[in-house]
Amino acid sequence: MKKKLFITLSLLLAVFVLSACAGSQFECEDEIGCVTYGPDEPIRIASAMVISGPNAELGLDSQHGVEVAVEFRGQIAGHDIEIQFEDEQCNSEGGQAAGQKIVSDPTILGIIGPSCSGAGVPMSQVVSQAGYVMISSSNTAPALTDPDAAWNPGYLRSCHNDKVQGKAMAEFAFNELGVTTAAAIHDGDPYTEGLARVFADEFEALGGTIVEFTAVNKGDTDMRPVLSAIAAAGPPELMYYPVFTAEGGFITKQAKEVTGLEDTILAAADGMISDAAKAAVGEAGEGMYFSGPDLSFSGELYEKFLDKYNELFGAPKSVFHAHAFDGTNMLLDCVEANLVEEKDGTIHVGRQALRTCLYATENFEGVTGTLTCNEYGDCADPKISVSQLIDGEYEAIWP
Amino acid sequence: MLQRFQNISFLDIALWALAAIIITVVIWGTIATIIDNPYNPQFWAETIVFGISQGSLYALIAIGYTLVYGVLFMINFAHGEFFMTGIITATIFLAQPMKETGFLDNYPIISLLAIAAVSILVSMAIALLTERVAYRPLRKAPRLVPLITAIGASFFWQYFFRGLYGSEVKPFPPFEILKGKFTIAGVPILKTHAVVIVSAVIMLIGLYLFVMKTKVGKSIRAVAENKDVAALMGINVDRAITITFAMGSAMAGIAGVLYALVFRQTHFFMGFIPGIKAFTAAVLGGIGSVPGAALGGFLLGMFESIGPALFLEGLGIPAPHQLKDVIAFTMLVLVLILRPQGILGERLAEEKA
Repeated sequence: MKKKLFITLSLLLAVFVLSACAGSQFECEDEIGCVTYGPDEPIRIASAMVISGPNAELGLDSQHGVEVAVEFRGQIAGHDIEIQFEDEQCNSEGGQAAGQKIVSDPTILGIIGPSCSGAGVPMSQVVSQAGYVMISSSNTAPALTDPDAAWNPGYLRSCHNDKVQGKAMAEFAFNELGVTTAAAIHDGDPYTEGLARVFADEFEALGGTIVEFTAVNKGDTDMRPVLSAIAAAGPPELMYYPVFTAEGGFITKQAKEVTGLEDTILAAADGMISDAAKAAVGEAGEGMYFSGPDLSFSGELYEKFLDKYNELFGAPKSVFHAHAFDGTNMLLDCVEANLVEEKDGTIHVGRQALRTCLYATENFEGVTGTLTCNEYGDCADPKISVSQLIDGEYEAIWP
Repeated sequence: MLQRFQNISFLDIALWALAAIIITVVIWGTIATIIDNPYNPQFWAETIVFGISQGSLYALIAIGYTLVYGVLFMINFAHGEFFMTGIITATIFLAQPMKETGFLDNYPIISLLAIAAVSILVSMAIALLTERVAYRPLRKAPRLVPLITAIGASFFWQYFFRGLYGSEVKPFPPFEILKGKFTIAGVPILKTHAVVIVSAVIMLIGLYLFVMKTKVGKSIRAVAENKDVAALMGINVDRAITITFAMGSAMAGIAGVLYALVFRQTHFFMGFIPGIKAFTAAVLGGIGSVPGAALGGFLLGMFESIGPALFLEGLGIPAPHQLKDVIAFTMLVLVLILRPQGILGERLAEEKA
């Protein structure tokens, strides 16, 4: 009798086990692994921008771009989309910390960010090793997509590479303005150093002379010693300083007061195209030049995007919101294309599949242009323009 | 004599060796620069003036650290924020509207005095509020507690003012009368720099006389010496401490105005780095000593200004100006190794140190 009961029980157990297996037929075959969301769980992505400190405007603006993209998407396969917000602080420590925090959460699919190249270098390393993907909306340092320098698999960017920007500025200075001597200043950040370096190399390649290639420190206020050193090296006809708002403001105002630099043409880059930078340079910035991405976007999508942005957050205060919007859409498109859905609504997304899909992005119609990614994650459709500050407004003058 | 040498540990020798190496490198770099001589005398003269002007700002802020340390033995890390709050408020509510209405250019002296008054009052109000709310309840707590509280207060004021005024840079309008330069002994000096240096020196002398010669100053010194005995002698300790905070923050408020004149922009984060530098200056000169803080400030400003060109350039370091913070903090390390009490500091008794 007892034996009969045992057999019955074992049979029942076997049936249960078998039926349980039949409930989930999904087997993850992804090389890195899969992310699984239950029927009621939201899909999760992260935004890691600089949202505190002096460059907070840059990051908040991009973060809002991500939020608008998620708002437009609504749901994917019946799942809500949730954004985890992190702060990368625009420095390498912050980038490292934000990266670690994100990859310790296995439910996050991918990251939009960071804002600053300085944060991007360590963050991409952490994120890449954990098998995640990240799309930066404003890291423009050449090193980040250079496989011999700081590129890591899983890193992509929706903004331009400064190889393009530095070259454009050098050509504008040499060919358009006709200057033959220049100085370049950076602040040690990979973004500023990369851009200043490309400018200096391209300017020399065109036949110009770089009289001084030097640097200031982030957070410096007194730029006169370094400016005096530049003046002493032979006052250059043009000075290019692709740095951030605070330091750029100080250099602009103090350059006019240093003997020898009164007539030097001043030029900066996209880190200083914002209302805050305009206020920081003040009258001293009148007539100076700025290289940067051509932001004269048009089209129905941009209008729609801008309307929503204005409705949710007011007028944009910086320039990379459109790149963040495009980056988020690239990521969400790939999530949509690669998810495996089960009957009960559970979904699975393979991390390697997501990576492959992102690097294979081709002719993606975004706000910033038509994006096609190369094998190292340079996706932008770069159009660089030079603008001049005339009567307190940026006016595109070249090309 | 022998007794003295027995107390020398291996660590002391290692630290002295480190100091010797740093000094050798500095001298070597200086000689290399002088032999190479890439700059003309005017460059050096101008750089020294820049340094003195920067140094006088550090000196004014450093006074606040040193005064508070003198009476409470506490490093008030929120002091950099007192410097920021005054001038950022004066810029937004006074300087910018006055520029727009043209008042600033028509009555520059009145405008400047009004801006200074507002800056000083706001800095003082914030300092006294912080002292009352955050520091006074902790006066009997272990010394680490108010230190951490001060760091917390610093963050609080930074982000409070960011919330209040926004995170953009607030430009400070230029004064027409302060534009241009004049020449003293062949050295061109910016008018703003002259104003900064002269006002800073006047303020520092005034403060020194206040502390040394007046009755209130005497009570502050008594409280610094020993709070309990001072109280027994009929001195109101709380009042003396309040006055100390008021004096320190008034200096910070003036430093804010001078900073705005030179750099012509204000920002919610602007207090952080000058605060750290001024703290360095105070320690350099001997924390607790008023002339020490002033001397430390001037020295720090000078070395930061001429150091990169003088000895880093000679060592063949590319982009030397990026490393001026290294110079500032290396100076601090040197002083702490060779003269731990600071240049003008007195050796403190065990209970005070």
